[in-house]
Amino acid sequence: MSNLWELSIKEIHSGLSGGAFSAHDLVTSYIERVRAVEPIVQSFISITEALALEQATKADEAISTGAFHPLTGVPVQIKDIISTAGIPTTCASKMLENYVPPFDATVVSKLLDQNAVILGKGNMDEFGMGSSCEHSAFHATHNPWDSKRVPGGSSGGGGASVAANEVAYALGSDTGGSIRQPAAFNGVVGLKPTYGSVSRYGLIAYASSFDQIGPITKTVSDCAIVFDAIRGPDPLDATCVSRTYDEIAVNLDRNISTSSPLNEGSPIRIGVPEEFFTEGISPEVKKVIDDAIRQLESLGALIEPVSLPNTVHALACYYIIAPSECSANLARFDGVKFGYSDRNTPDMWESMERTRGHGFGPEVKRRIMMGTYALSSGYYEAYYTKAQRVRTLIRREYEEIFTKVDVLVTPTSPVIAFPLGDKLDDPVEMYNVDICTIPANIAGLPAISVPCGFSENMPVGMQLIGKAFTEPVLFNMAYAFEQSTRWHQMKPQL
Amino acid sequence: MELDIEQVKHLASLARIDLSLEDCQELSQQLGDIFDQFESLRDLNLEGVTPTAHIADSTNVTREDQVGHCLATEDVLINAPVRNGDFFQVNPVLEE
Repeated sequence: MSNLWELSIKEIHSGLSGGAFSAHDLVTSYIERVRAVEPIVQSFISITEALALEQATKADEAISTGAFHPLTGVPVQIKDIISTAGIPTTCASKMLENYVPPFDATVVSKLLDQNAVILGKGNMDEFGMGSSCEHSAFHATHNPWDSKRVPGGSSGGGGASVAANEVAYALGSDTGGSIRQPAAFNGVVGLKPTYGSVSRYGLIAYASSFDQIGPITKTVSDCAIVFDAIRGPDPLDATCVSRTYDEIAVNLDRNISTSSPLNEGSPIRIGVPEEFFTEGISPEVKKVIDDAIRQLESLGALIEPVSLPNTVHALACYYIIAPSECSANLARFDGVKFGYSDRNTPDMWESMERTRGHGFGPEVKRRIMMGTYALSSGYYEAYYTKAQRVRTLIRREYEEIFTKVDVLVTPTSPVIAFPLGDKLDDPVEMYNVDICTIPANIAGLPAISVPCGFSENMPVGMQLIGKAFTEPVLFNMAYAFEQSTRWHQMKPQL
Repeated sequence: MELDIEQVKHLASLARIDLSLEDCQELSQQLGDIFDQFESLRDLNLEGVTPTAHIADSTNVTREDQVGHCLATEDVLINAPVRNGDFFQVNPVLEE
């Protein structure tokens, strides 16, 4: 038998149910794997080995009594921005270095209800702000395919840990591409769900109107299993709405040449928006995506060129609204109720200013300053309100396009994983990397990244964007593509 | 566009962030560069376009007014940087 840490969630589930191995065997195998590769990858902020062993014992007990769910006993890494009761949750910030949440995020409760095994917390860009995982206050994470390159961000720990087989899957969060881009850079699958389909309760807020939690996994069917487990309405998050669709994981293999939601019995219509293939895209990435589109066509999909002209305004729209929301959300870090606190002055305001000046890293301070500027008197109309109006334009453009096509296909990132340090000194260049992922957050749409080839021996991801709440269609497409290619079987040599 | 140092200092005071002069100098350049990228929005005709504040279409989500689970006092105070009995302690706000 292959190493247990190589198995997918689906394979683990059948192994556990058939008694081929126990949850304890499984977690022990993963712990050994983490010990072996973590010195290179450094995807974790904290490793909860003792807890994981305890949870594995509980999982084995549950299995023996027949209380068996798809994620029972399966080891997971949780991004360190998602609250875990009793386990430090730092947001990769000095501000929360010693913060231990007194409650679980709803997604964590849902995993624990299935007797999941938490192996640790994932590294990230501080408070989710960054595209390379280099803005962690603790350490950088290294791409398992080439340790001199970034794993992407902000959920870089999640992408790297899954690619390196340190965990079976990870939970990340995506505000402007933070799940999909690291998934693409590491050759794994990542889903940003429709806004409102997964509870944000316990997700430490960066930009509340964009943030969504989602899975990073080895395969498309694993992604569906995790999404099925974490979605659903939550009274603790008023934006998390009630939508019922059938369990996705068991309905993946519908024929895409006959399953168009727009036109029943007809092939799925795929739009290729030209604006995602112009400025800034690497020619090799473009070639890989073109080949992937041909593959989708050979599976029976109809390919149509489409245009989304307002895409050029997406970056500006996002980098005004997200920092504005961030400047408001991060006002809570004042050194009073939790987190870092500088009390070396008797003055209350000075204490607060020092706390924030020393507790936040450079990128977080930069974004708070951007947001403060965009919201300040005299600039509010010119920047914030204007960006919100542009958001309406972009949203309408997507509503319109989805009356003509079922799905859009684009690169997940215009470039492959870049060398560590390459873009660290130039914030504008770093922001530009998010160009392909940001529109789905602006319009609240679901989007999945699937491995679709290589450039310079580094993985390339294909992004599928759908209409709100059409995750089943995205999964259907992604699964058909994955099953007809071998990209997901390729693993980094560590 | 470049923000001058005084503007950056003003923003820092609004955001309640203590910044060194060096930080302010770096930010005056960077914020200028960043906001230059937003100039493309200037010429857009947005007449009659309503702003989107939030993507979710739900409004006035309410629940029954029933007592639910709450955190215990100890749990709430467990992360307090400085506490005094069952209170968070801050530096004096009002002068004597």
